[in-house]
Amino acid sequence: MLHIVNKSPLQCSSLESCLRLATKGSAVLLIEDAIYGATKGSRIEAVIQGAMAHVKVYALSADLQARGMANRVLDGVTVVDYGGFVDLVAEHSNCQSWL
Amino acid sequence: MSDEMDMEEGGVVKKFMFVNRKAPYGTIYALEGLEVVLISAAFEQDVSLAFVDDGVYELVKGQDTKELGQKNFSPTYRALEGYDIEKLYVEKESLDARGLTEDDLLVDVQVMTAAEMAAAMAEQDVVISF
Repeated sequence: MLHIVNKSPLQCSSLESCLRLATKGSAVLLIEDAIYGATKGSRIEAVIQGAMAHVKVYALSADLQARGMANRVLDGVTVVDYGGFVDLVAEHSNCQSWL
Repeated sequence: MSDEMDMEEGGVVKKFMFVNRKAPYGTIYALEGLEVVLISAAFEQDVSLAFVDDGVYELVKGQDTKELGQKNFSPTYRALEGYDIEKLYVEKESLDARGLTEDDLLVDVQVMTAAEMAAAMAEQDVVISF
């Protein structure tokens, strides 16, 4: 399963719900305001760090760059471009958007 | 409240605060808020901007929207000074929660504690939220 999250984890619970309900080995792609979840030093960093033990976390490059966050990405998060987004969708048999 | 208003050329000057609580680009709020702030400058009011919660992300340095394909409106915050809008207040607690410091911001601001921000909000005639 590929989980796609687009809301800021500091203002909305969708990322935390996603991480709570994502099964081991799932992929979580952070896009739009959700990319703040992939950045260092925020109060939810520990939640993401903990989740990375059992899910693979990706963040969309265009959204990181637009928000000035490209150089603050947590270690262990894989940055992908739009082509990588397409690849992730193609590689997984199903996907779930957490709106 | 009347003692806070100056009668100048027949106009009333009120204290307006625009409260920004949303990150840029993900929603239209940040950009729309900025547009309204610029409009307010034309009415020569006593304008301040407050950045709270994800609103502090609006001011982060190094925004580059080329790949995203949206307009990068962050330089506009630096232009506000030219419209005599110089009161930019940022809540310290919001910066801390996001691992940010004043050095990460693209414009000079006044960093305030929540208590100071609360006091600044309380003294406004009009508070508009984005």
